[in-house]
Amino acid sequence: MKRLVVFLLLALAVLHQDFWFWDDIEPLIFGFIPIGLAYHIGVSIAAGVLWALAVHYCWPRDVDVPDESFTTETASRGAEQGRR
Amino acid sequence: MMLASLNPGQTAVLVIALYMAALIALGLLSQLVLRLTVADYFVASRGLGSFMLLMSLIGTTMTAFALIGSSGEAWESGIGVYGKMASWSGIIHAAMYFLIGIKLWAFGKKYGYVTQIQFFRDRFESDRIGLILFPILVALLVPYILMGVISSGNSIQAVTGGAFPEVFKATSGAVPYWLGALVTCLIVLYYISAGGVRGTAWVNALQTMIFLVLGVAMCWIIAQRLGGAAAATQMVVEHNPTRLKRDASPADLHRYDEKLADWNADAKKAIIKPREPKPASKTEFTTYLFIPLSVAMFPHLFQYWLTARSAKKFKMSIIGQPLLIMVIWVPCVIVGIWATSAIYNGQPVIPPDFAEPNKVLPMMVRKLASPVMGALLAAGIFAAVMSSMDAMFLALGSMFANDIAGHYVGRDRFSDRQLVWIGRVFIVVVVAISYVLALQWRQSRVFNLGVWCFSGFASLFPLLFASIYWQRVTKAGAYASLLAAAGTWFWLFRESGYGGPTEHGHWGLTPVTLVFAAATIALVAVSCITRPPSAATLDKFFSGAKRAR
Repeated sequence: MKRLVVFLLLALAVLHQDFWFWDDIEPLIFGFIPIGLAYHIGVSIAAGVLWALAVHYCWPRDVDVPDESFTTETASRGAEQGRR
Repeated sequence: MMLASLNPGQTAVLVIALYMAALIALGLLSQLVLRLTVADYFVASRGLGSFMLLMSLIGTTMTAFALIGSSGEAWESGIGVYGKMASWSGIIHAAMYFLIGIKLWAFGKKYGYVTQIQFFRDRFESDRIGLILFPILVALLVPYILMGVISSGNSIQAVTGGAFPEVFKATSGAVPYWLGALVTCLIVLYYISAGGVRGTAWVNALQTMIFLVLGVAMCWIIAQRLGGAAAATQMVVEHNPTRLKRDASPADLHRYDEKLADWNADAKKAIIKPREPKPASKTEFTTYLFIPLSVAMFPHLFQYWLTARSAKKFKMSIIGQPLLIMVIWVPCVIVGIWATSAIYNGQPVIPPDFAEPNKVLPMMVRKLASPVMGALLAAGIFAAVMSSMDAMFLALGSMFANDIAGHYVGRDRFSDRQLVWIGRVFIVVVVAISYVLALQWRQSRVFNLGVWCFSGFASLFPLLFASIYWQRVTKAGAYASLLAAAGTWFWLFRESGYGGPTEHGHWGLTPVTLVFAAATIALVAVSCITRPPSAATLDKFFSGAKRAR
């Protein structure tokens, strides 16, 4: 499933290049949205759906940091590390 | 009753004043829960939940550029702006949160980072990298802030026309640009100073909801005034059909010539002066994919990422990003297109030869919505403007306090309270400089300014991506990439006449493509021939991963 989601996201990026609607106005979707714009509204909706799938099936395992409360000391430590 | 006695301009002033009073009240409220520590002021003690994170990120990324710039660009060039900016952003912003945001959040929480520069110093084992990054980030943020200040000043003047004719004679009664921009700066300055990042998150949640709802409402009201959405689009089909597509065929050019001849023969009868067709470039359309990569390097976005309570809190933002961008952009683009050909009471809504794209949306709202609604919609525009400006001011304050004062003078020499105050003072200085620049550059096109600024941030993306996913990237490679990006960007920026249109780059490529390529080539080439990072650093950032060496 993870590979399928990655493939679909890449496919969406390719399908974003809708050169086939470059010179078209019609059909006017809902009577007022030209097809070139309606297509890209569809791309946005598809992106939302695909990222929902990605969040569900492809969530990385190494990002869960123990939930210690963040303190000034840790911030200072970070800054000190940077200085070194 | 009181509203009825006010003229439209005064109604707008009243609504905007009430809206700004609400922001001040929220600032006061957030001040009550603020603990004056670096962690609380700059990253809200890493305690924001999913909804607040989503609203803050949307409010921050959708700025004057999304409302004023998009409608102005749609009016100028047509629907292509949605595909090249908004739908690309929907795909790529979410990818940036997924691939970059949660990783940086994890490093930030684990090692206590408050700014990007702290991360880069550690990752590249280089104390001095901050000295190069800091001026670059500040220089790129200033035009971004300018977009907000210019848009707010212009919008206030546009919607308050006729409010106080005796007081503001030079602007026919409208609150003048300088005053509108000044008040906006002062309000933002107040609530970020009062509540830090938590205060801005609260205000941004409110502001984002306002401009989400009002954007759709604005489009609907304007459609009604023009006889319905279908009728409004038909006017465009009749007068400026090339604004509804991305190409301009010989037949379109011929039709344009005919319409222009009709207009020159009898302007009253023609009503609408046709706008010159502007076919979009397919190469440009594709290479705009580099622009939204810029969000990964926005210092203000990095700061918001750090405020999340856990990595899981990013999920709603990743899914919601493409959908909310759509909700914000579509009404603005449609109104921008309608503006090219809108006729109301037999008159064009936008005058012929009008040459200020930044004012198209405010003018449509002022002329076609009721005064109260017009003022509310103006408040929505300010919501978008201010919700980005505040985060940027705060990020600049944080960088100066933590990366310059705290780091080079010595963290031990300052208490948390003093560092917060150093950040606040720096913010005041940046606001003052931005305001003065906004007075000088009032006529700058928001869209162009935005694209140049985003191009600069996007050129830093290869460095950031490599620092997270490529173990072999080296300190020398990082320096080479930064210098290549800065040098190429400045060369092209200068060539454009300091902020001119970005459409016609070398070999038909947008500037961002060239800058991005230069930064990537320098990064990879120099990294491959220089000493790799130490084992300790690789363990720190790639724990559990198989070593590259």
